[in-house]
Amino acid sequence: MSENGVHTDPAAISDLTDAAAAEHSSVAPDGSKVGYRAGRTLPVRVELMRQLRRRRTQLVLGFLVLLPVILVVAFELGQASPNRRAGGFVDLATASGVNFVILTLFVSGSFLLPMIVALFFGDTIASEASWSSLKYLLAAPIPRHRLLRRKALASGLMSVFALALLPAVALGVGVVWYGAGEAVSPTGEAASFGAGVYGVALAVVYISIHLFWVAGLALYLSVSTDAPLGAVGGAVLASIVSQILDQITALEGLRDYLPTHYALAWADLLSSDVDWSQMAKGTFSALAFGSFFTLLAARKFARKDITS
Amino acid sequence: MVNSVASLNRLRGRWSLPALVVLVALVGAFVVWTRQGDDPAPVSTRDAVIDVPESPDSDRTVQIDTTLYLPERTPAPAVLLPHGFGGSKASVAAQATELAQRGFVVLAYSARGFGRSTGQIALNSLDHEVRDAQKLLDWLATREEVVTDGGGDPKVGVTGGSYGGALALSLAGVDPRVDTIAPVITWNDLGQALLPNSASTDDVAGATPSPGAFADDGVFKRSWAGIFFSAGLSGADTANPGQEASEPGQDDDAGSNLDSAATAATTPPQQQGDDPRPAGPVNGACGRFQADVCAAYTEVATTGKAGPETLEILRRASPSAVTDKITQPTLLVQGEQDTLFGLDQADANAREIAANNAKVKVVWYSGGHDGGSPGPELRGQIADWMAFHLEGKGADPGTTFEYTVVGAFRSSGAPSLRNVVAPSYPGLDGSTGAERRDIGLSGREQVVVNPAGGNPAAVSSLPGLGSALTRSSSLASRLSLDLPGQAAVFQSEPQTAQTLLTGASTVKLRVAPVPGQAVPPEGAVLFVKLYDADGSGVRTLPGSAVAPVRVALPADGTPVDVTVTLPGAVRPVEADHRLQLVVSTTDMAYANAEEPAAYRISLASPALSVPVVAGVNATSEVPTEALWGIAIVLAVCVITGVVAWFRRRLTADVDPDLEAVPLVIEGLTKSYPGGLTAVKDLSFRVEHGQVLGLLGPNGAGKTTTLRMLMGLIRPSDGGIRVFGHRVSPGAPVLSRIGSFVEGSGFLPHLSGAENLRLYWAATGRPPEQAHMEEALEIAGLGNAVQRRVRTYSQGMRQRLAIAQAMLGLPDLLVLDEPTNGLDPPQIHQMREVLRRYAAAGRTVLVSSHLLAEVEQTCSHVVVMHKGKLVAAGPVDEIATGGGEASFRVDRPDEAATVLRSLSGVHDVHVDGEQVHASLNGTPRASALQALVAAGVAVDQAGPRWRLEDAFLELVGGE
Repeated sequence: MSENGVHTDPAAISDLTDAAAAEHSSVAPDGSKVGYRAGRTLPVRVELMRQLRRRRTQLVLGFLVLLPVILVVAFELGQASPNRRAGGFVDLATASGVNFVILTLFVSGSFLLPMIVALFFGDTIASEASWSSLKYLLAAPIPRHRLLRRKALASGLMSVFALALLPAVALGVGVVWYGAGEAVSPTGEAASFGAGVYGVALAVVYISIHLFWVAGLALYLSVSTDAPLGAVGGAVLASIVSQILDQITALEGLRDYLPTHYALAWADLLSSDVDWSQMAKGTFSALAFGSFFTLLAARKFARKDITS
Repeated sequence: MVNSVASLNRLRGRWSLPALVVLVALVGAFVVWTRQGDDPAPVSTRDAVIDVPESPDSDRTVQIDTTLYLPERTPAPAVLLPHGFGGSKASVAAQATELAQRGFVVLAYSARGFGRSTGQIALNSLDHEVRDAQKLLDWLATREEVVTDGGGDPKVGVTGGSYGGALALSLAGVDPRVDTIAPVITWNDLGQALLPNSASTDDVAGATPSPGAFADDGVFKRSWAGIFFSAGLSGADTANPGQEASEPGQDDDAGSNLDSAATAATTPPQQQGDDPRPAGPVNGACGRFQADVCAAYTEVATTGKAGPETLEILRRASPSAVTDKITQPTLLVQGEQDTLFGLDQADANAREIAANNAKVKVVWYSGGHDGGSPGPELRGQIADWMAFHLEGKGADPGTTFEYTVVGAFRSSGAPSLRNVVAPSYPGLDGSTGAERRDIGLSGREQVVVNPAGGNPAAVSSLPGLGSALTRSSSLASRLSLDLPGQAAVFQSEPQTAQTLLTGASTVKLRVAPVPGQAVPPEGAVLFVKLYDADGSGVRTLPGSAVAPVRVALPADGTPVDVTVTLPGAVRPVEADHRLQLVVSTTDMAYANAEEPAAYRISLASPALSVPVVAGVNATSEVPTEALWGIAIVLAVCVITGVVAWFRRRLTADVDPDLEAVPLVIEGLTKSYPGGLTAVKDLSFRVEHGQVLGLLGPNGAGKTTTLRMLMGLIRPSDGGIRVFGHRVSPGAPVLSRIGSFVEGSGFLPHLSGAENLRLYWAATGRPPEQAHMEEALEIAGLGNAVQRRVRTYSQGMRQRLAIAQAMLGLPDLLVLDEPTNGLDPPQIHQMREVLRRYAAAGRTVLVSSHLLAEVEQTCSHVVVMHKGKLVAAGPVDEIATGGGEASFRVDRPDEAATVLRSLSGVHDVHVDGEQVHASLNGTPRASALQALVAAGVAVDQAGPRWRLEDAFLELVGGE
């Protein structure tokens, strides 16, 4: 035990006991100390501060800033064919800043974005459990439903921020490198820069809604295990399995029930005559899965014995 | 026991994943089960060969190979299902099965000259194929499975695609026994289909959306005619669209429904033996064609012109000969991707049939000979038509006009489609005609050159290959190629708003020979097409269709004005797009003029007349089901939240008598599934100002009790009241408890001070209540408090955690093994802190497995073992155990005698040098005095340590 300078000054004890003797405990009708209000516990600001100072969060956000730059470098290193007007998403990426954003969303949509959402939601409760800090938060007391809600809200804010950060940085990088020209869709339709940005913004909104199912599943796993990696990995794994099954065309209509089936429906926003049906189905699917898992998580967390 | 509890929880945790897997599997099984629930009804088939006369007055017969598809329930109305050109009864097996599943008796047959039927192809001749079909109606009337309208008159509808559709029309024209027809992608006038001329010097009667000019002396549609003829030769089904056309709201892979319907038939089509070799007599180069048909084709194919005999054959093969007699309700289905039988053919049928006051409904779908056969939804619509008009079942399909608008590509890979419904097909039988808008075209006079031999030629479509390009119909429409020097271009200004072109546009052109050049005697052959050009110049040719025109030019070189009817099409021309009219001298798909020539082309009138049919979208743009689903999910979430809120509100439970008592535990029990009981019927209370020690060996249930006190674990039975309030998870009264249970819990990436600050911020209480300074001083970490917690030693974390428990100066301080990991001076200080904290008007609950710890720190003690209360009371009282005392003496037996003689003293016994006695109120000093008076040397006198005894006994018993 070599704790330099770690000792309690005898005067400190007097200070404490004096303070204790001086302060008359006043109690509210619900039995709580005056000053405590369940509705004020765990402000989102505090939870965000707790999470944003984590190296992991900072690395993820940093990577999202870096990814568009990596893509630009890749395009610059590769065979340059500037301002192509035909081809798929990848061929069109250098047509304009908006096209570059679309490519960025397209390449990150299947794995990176679900993983980020799974990370923020899967880690939130499980990491507190692994640090043993969960019990102190609950004994503070922060009501369980409120703790879950606030943490989910903070994770949601961080996820939305991350989901908006990537296209925002990509747009900045894209405009610098490829200009604020017209967005060209794979079908050859051209949209003005403003309309393209609007479409991309709606796409981000759709992606945010669609990933709700990942959030719900990760939250459920987060309250089910004390291992943060298990919760995050489980949700990512579910997403991958769903995508694999979606590749099997023999499943036909059954694939509509897969949570990832409508993951790329936002591409419909890129055409001039927007067809909302796929996105509406995707929204329904995501809300149904997400709500199911979220309610399951709330139920489990409310009844769980906290033993960590 | 703590470990076993933890492992039990891990075990339960381990079960949650398998449970989830089982749940997913159950859901999957349920989905599969529900989908299997609507298995199609069984269909049985009967094959039969029916003899028909070879020609009206012949006694030779032709054998028609038929298959009768019987539904589950008979008798039922019948549907006659002729096949497309080059096919056989096997090629309609899937559709026949589907219709039979809908409850119709379906008669599919191979037309003469096709499949296993004998005879020669006479191109749906009124004297041959149509009479064959009449014989089949006779036969149907004799079948008991078929409902009849009277003797020899079966209740029957006819539907079929292409060649079969024309038969349906002709049969309905000659035989009133037919109750309704639904011809699909078929012709009205075969002469006009194969030798079209879209130019007329008169105005076209433009009441309907897509009238054809139907002028004489047309340009030979060489590619399609060749494909048609060779299909008749070889029996290869190349003339018919292979794939299904996409439909609105359909996935990219949903086209396999028809295949699965086919395999559901009791007799799979492949077992019916689709022998590719013609069974009938082979007529040399004419294959199975009748000699006159063959000769007609040879004439047209070699000269590009049709003589009167050929025209007569084509007329006999055309429903237009009998459409004036069709009075049956007619559903005309035509394709928008069809360069063989365009929308003008259906338009002509509709006009001619409606003139008889017959009920006519027109549907334009996204397929056609270039785009694919009708998809499942359209086939369902045809079946609905039959069901209503044969049985009166279902809603009246009415006489609305429906067309499909093909939009851009979608995320699912297929182009987006929407169906538009107009109240009726405009211009039929005197009704209001289609709206026509004039769009200004501009362009100076241009000279176009016809190359010698008509080669190289412009490309507009790839007949026969079109169906292979179904999935990318917009790709097909971009294959078009105009050759420089051969094409004159006229262009509109960019559109200001979308125009939904619906039908055949018309334009007036002025054609003149170039002075000094020879004027071809057969007239100028030109091809007119209308492109949709977007802002960046990408051109799309709707339907890949061109309008061939032949203009007779006077030899004197005077210009001729002609009205050109462009091919019927459906095309949304977006804002900023231009319409581009191209007049070309050649086209790959047609017999081009061989003679070299040059013409001057200009616009006779700058107005392009574009038909527009207003309607409402049938494909619900608003995906109602999904929106309802979303609303329901949100409602369920809100209801769940409200119910949970009310239930939480009802859980408050206060006992006012106990409001001054820091802690009352009553009958507390915690047992886990599997029979393990961690705490059993534990009851004790802690009064104000006490320092209570919870003493017990490891696994006695101390920590479990404290966790229940903090609301982390739900008791199985009994309850805990803190200041009168029952403890439940998150109960507000917990704010009066400061706790440190089973190790510290800090965020490793934050400093000690930050951890405490954020912890207090998380409680939401005012910062001034925290007494952060005092608490940090108690922790006494010095500058280390600014370091990250991950660098702390165990002892430092322990001290920080105790400081955290003291934040806010709680009325009840709960510490679980607080001295673990502390060194002796720190332990000493800790005792001091706890004693003085209690003295300052607070209450302290300390758990420990160390007797000395409790003895030195606590005023009261509760001893637990195996989850049960062993003893409770003041430390002194329990230690002195009701006045029991021990004396260490030199002569124990004598001492025992002395003690027994004292009044009130009992239960005296000797234990080696020690004598134990229950003094029962007698002061220890009096007893000591008596012993000394009796001359017993007393070495030591004191209370008997029953606490230790009890405790050691318990520990020993482990």
